[in-house]
Amino acid sequence: MDEILDGLTQIDCDILVIGGGTAGPMAALKAKKKNPKANVVLLDKANVKRSGAISMGMDGLNNSVIPGYATPEQYTKEITIANDGICDQAAVLRYAEECYGIIRELDDFGIRFQKDQNGEYDVKKVHHIGTYVLPMPNGDTVKKALYRQLRKARINIINRYMATRLLTGEGRVAGAICVNTRTAEFLVVRAKAVIMGLGAAGRLGLPTSGYLYGTYENASNSGEGYAMAYHAGAGLANLECYQINPLIKDYNGPACAYVAGPMGGYTANAKGERFIECDYWSGQMMQEFYDELQGGKGPVYLKLNHLAEETVAEIERVLHIVERPTRGHFHAGRGTDYRKQMIEMHISEIGFCSGHSASGVFVDEHARTTIPGLYAAGDMANVPHNYMLGAFTNGAFAGMDAADFIADVDFADFDMGTVDAERTRVMAPTKRDDGIPPNQIEYKTRRLVNDYLQPPKVTAKMELAQKRFEEVREDMEQGMYVRDSHELMRALEASTILDCADMAAAASLYRTESRWGLYHNRVEYERDDENWFCHTILTKGEDGKPAHRKQDVKPYVVEIAEDEKDAYYKQRVEPSVAAE
Amino acid sequence: MPLAQTATSVPVTVNDDLCIADKGCTVCVDVCPLDVLRIAEAADGSKTAYMKYDECWYCMPCEADCPTGAVTVNLPYLLK
Repeated sequence: MDEILDGLTQIDCDILVIGGGTAGPMAALKAKKKNPKANVVLLDKANVKRSGAISMGMDGLNNSVIPGYATPEQYTKEITIANDGICDQAAVLRYAEECYGIIRELDDFGIRFQKDQNGEYDVKKVHHIGTYVLPMPNGDTVKKALYRQLRKARINIINRYMATRLLTGEGRVAGAICVNTRTAEFLVVRAKAVIMGLGAAGRLGLPTSGYLYGTYENASNSGEGYAMAYHAGAGLANLECYQINPLIKDYNGPACAYVAGPMGGYTANAKGERFIECDYWSGQMMQEFYDELQGGKGPVYLKLNHLAEETVAEIERVLHIVERPTRGHFHAGRGTDYRKQMIEMHISEIGFCSGHSASGVFVDEHARTTIPGLYAAGDMANVPHNYMLGAFTNGAFAGMDAADFIADVDFADFDMGTVDAERTRVMAPTKRDDGIPPNQIEYKTRRLVNDYLQPPKVTAKMELAQKRFEEVREDMEQGMYVRDSHELMRALEASTILDCADMAAAASLYRTESRWGLYHNRVEYERDDENWFCHTILTKGEDGKPAHRKQDVKPYVVEIAEDEKDAYYKQRVEPSVAAE
Repeated sequence: MPLAQTATSVPVTVNDDLCIADKGCTVCVDVCPLDVLRIAEAADGSKTAYMKYDECWYCMPCEADCPTGAVTVNLPYLLK
């Protein structure tokens, strides 16, 4: 294993789904269900059994819209406000209307959701305004349940192939170029439609531990979706709206206020005092967190030590078996116990991820990108606050629309020269006798991201970042060296990480205002609705560098009252009279 | 630019006595999202899984899916 074999094979399919995490499997299932004759291929860089953000499952649905608890209109309003108004509501509203159907389907797959004594879904309030969080008592089984469905539906699964570039021709998508991560053999997949569900750009900033893989996101989610969309000419929206999370310090996994919050846990400062009213992640919430850390009142903690033993035991039971189960090992190693101490938290490195923020490959309410036949769903597509249920639901939309799209088209012609050029690019690090290994290229890129791009954002620093990134790119293109196909996968990831870093800097410089709290806090600029109440769309320019344009926010379908607009800005706990 | 050999401790450990790679088992290698595990063959022909690349997300499928409980995921030293 791992020797470099090279070689090239070509296969054809109707629909190619890239990424077998959350959105991808649902897209494949829905496409196959709608058109049973379609040849659907699901391809993953890892193994679909355990790939993606929910590799070890999930503790709950963070954004479920359940009849009796919330309406699609309420949810759409809340998400619009949480995103400072920059939101095409059609996609959010469609998600809100149809996610309940997806919950019922997941229930049929054997994934259970918490119910109360009357058999009703037991939905919890975590958001600022509405009630949307639904715990999953057997959340550790999600991937297994999905995999059973994929086998039953006879979806063709290809593991351990990494897509590196999309193929286009005749003004639409034509397929993808892929490389085997264990042999470096190439696979050209011709497809009538391509659905991307490649997850977040989670390896963009460097965690404070300095460990390259100690990221919040699954470290295999290194941003290929963003880079491939960019090089294919698709538009990417609002990339300056970074993802930054409040996490357990050093462990860098979620402290999970969404689990602990409804049971009485909360985020506290060093004195054990609550300082934010709501633990739901938003840019302004992260700004308050940052201010508390910087303002001398930190560290910031997750506080559970005031809770009853049974409550803490229940929180532990959930947090230590799903999503990031090594949390338990971490606390044991540190000698920290939820019952006795507060747990130190910190803010994460930056990334791109619409799962919790709003940036990504631009899509409409059908999950269509700006390239015909090309779809994107989940963390990499720009529907805000996707979370897991958003990935499933928007993945379903992509699958259903792609099944219709392929009915009317044949394979698009593409230039074989593109494939030759991509083989040359990919294999270049294998043709040298020595040079710089991918981990050093990656470390330097990500260290520079922390130095110059981590908010608060400063123009001169971001311009310096661009200069340094160019130097790293030169080193990467002229001198990167790998010894086996595993290292070649890391080299390709280093290249996508650098692409994402370039896009993060360029997008942040373009929007000359502050918005989304800490996510796009440009210290030299105030919020400017007159000039910047719009999406920013980043594409690959004629010169091969990021180009930008503004795009109108589509007229709202759910009106927001003037006095509701700033609800998410009222995060800080005001001292009560009694406390004075 | 020649490469150095820098030592690094790895977070995933495998109990040789419990590992059944000898019988053809590759479950932990198969499920790892970052593809960092491999099977080592000793001089006497016996086989064991081991962590070849220090690129771990300490996510645990290898430990959870191992049929004999041979795999333990520890936290990488830099962050534990």
